[in-house]
Amino acid sequence: MEKRYISKEGLSRWFKALLAGGKRVYAPVRNNDKVDFKPVRSLDEVADDYVQTTQSAKSTVFPRAEVLFSYQKENGITTLNDFDPATVPETVVWKIHPCDAVGFIPLSQIFNEGYEDILYKTHLEKTTLVSFSCSHADSFCFCTSVQGGPGETTGSDIQLTSLPDGGALVEILTPKGEALVQLSAESFEAPKEDEDKAQYLADVPIYFQLDEIRNKLKDAFNSDIWKKQSERCLGCGACAFVCPTCACFDIQENPKGSQGQRIRCWDSCGFSLFTQHTSGHNPRAVQSQRWRQRILHKFSYMPDRINIFGCTGCGRCSRACPVDMNIREHLTSLVK
Amino acid sequence: MEKPNIYLPYLMKIAKITEEAPGVKTFQLHFQDPEAEKAFTFKAGQFGEYSDFGEGESTFCIASSPTRKGYIECTFRAAGRVTSGLASLEEGQTMGFRGPFGNTFPMDEWKGKNLVFVAGGIALPPMRCVICNALDTRENFKDITIVYGAKSVDDLVYKDELKEWGERPDVNLVATVDPGGETPDWKGEIGFVPTVLEKAAPSPENTIAIVCGPPIMIKFTFPVLEKLGFKDENIYTTLENRMKCGVGKCGRCNVGKLYVCKDGPVFTKAQLRDIPAEEY
Repeated sequence: MEKRYISKEGLSRWFKALLAGGKRVYAPVRNNDKVDFKPVRSLDEVADDYVQTTQSAKSTVFPRAEVLFSYQKENGITTLNDFDPATVPETVVWKIHPCDAVGFIPLSQIFNEGYEDILYKTHLEKTTLVSFSCSHADSFCFCTSVQGGPGETTGSDIQLTSLPDGGALVEILTPKGEALVQLSAESFEAPKEDEDKAQYLADVPIYFQLDEIRNKLKDAFNSDIWKKQSERCLGCGACAFVCPTCACFDIQENPKGSQGQRIRCWDSCGFSLFTQHTSGHNPRAVQSQRWRQRILHKFSYMPDRINIFGCTGCGRCSRACPVDMNIREHLTSLVK
Repeated sequence: MEKPNIYLPYLMKIAKITEEAPGVKTFQLHFQDPEAEKAFTFKAGQFGEYSDFGEGESTFCIASSPTRKGYIECTFRAAGRVTSGLASLEEGQTMGFRGPFGNTFPMDEWKGKNLVFVAGGIALPPMRCVICNALDTRENFKDITIVYGAKSVDDLVYKDELKEWGERPDVNLVATVDPGGETPDWKGEIGFVPTVLEKAAPSPENTIAIVCGPPIMIKFTFPVLEKLGFKDENIYTTLENRMKCGVGKCGRCNVGKLYVCKDGPVFTKAQLRDIPAEEY
């Protein structure tokens, strides 16, 4: 890892260089009371007065709906048009938080375990993550409880820590990050040895021990706690859609006459149709079973299978829930 | 060469359609691309994603045996959007296939053993692959018993093969229909599969039992096998959770830390002890 300093002017110059290279740059943009990742054309569009975007940045590598291939039927002959990696643009995700960047790690494990997913792989290869360490946290954030932190660099290609002078401390973490720096190398200065990154990081107010909770989950399948916790769950799936690590998807057809597309789109284990067989049999027929799956998958099955939590502590699910189900409260209540 | 897109199906020509039972058809499929056909291999127990372009994909086992080259077969009941779409296709038309996916029945480990197949209704297809494989390599196995039942005589699938298996001296076929499902000339058993299995009482000694059927049949068959003395390690079944991707990513067949599509669909009863029964 290499360190640098970049001034306010340098940032502006570098950002222009990113855009001039023809890259698609996603950054948090304010839209009324919400901030979300959108393609931007200037640094002025980037929001800075928020704690968390409503949605994570996962859609840059795992779009909400994506064409897997298209087909055409003509005179009894079917032809398929494969996904073309060349159609995926080089992308920079600007000002992603550490909890989002680290979320790309479980996503990559899911999409690459066993069978390699060429769509995901292409998106990821062409995406560079410029994270900003967090200077603010709220009572929904709990990254430090899930092995993360406001200055966590795992998953990021570059991390910036904003300084009061409008500049930033720069940590160049990967060759992809270095390549991005090279687009405007003159904007980067020698590191400021007297500046300590830690003093600019947010205090994350919430912390809990997950080990004990994880142990408890091993025998919790038949617990009545799932029913109690999920009695008010609407099964709307908002928690899954805003989650940086939820990767479940559906495969659907989008036909138009004799041609069409097969698409994949986000799905959620919170939906009743998710597991329903054609026969009508549904192993998870009630919401408490689906809520249990959500928690066990993230905090028990994923650590058991791929040694990683399916949660980065971003707090989005709790912020988005229309009936105020709070994942931190539900997790900690397991050991009360 | 770029790694292939795991969601892109092979194009298959429907070479032959057999009407098995009301609403149930078997398709014999040939690869349109001879190179793909040459490179394609699979083993008993694996499944695929079959598609009707315009309707979507559906998951079925490969019902033909890997010992019979040049084609694959699938058997399905027209029930939902995709299977109804597939059922409306005709011989000569094109459909899609992705696979093979999933694990396999460990037939190499079963050499020198007796095999007992227990199947109900539309669940004979996943087993037919294993049965045909075993019959094509008959010298590898000792006694072969097949207990197969359906609601009615009409609902029995693979009627020609049942006849053939019934006539073979080296196969003990016990066919049954649910009470009331018999016809005047029905010569098989009348009764539910678990009851008929108990009556047939195959010896557990050096024997592997393979059970496929609706959840309710499996639920009542396992205790019978246990009573007969079968150990959990020697009882095999397949789980039929809903699937989409077939490659362990879309998440819907996740049970415990396993994915049925990737870690299954073949499990021993011993392995199922680690999975909550509620989840399948």
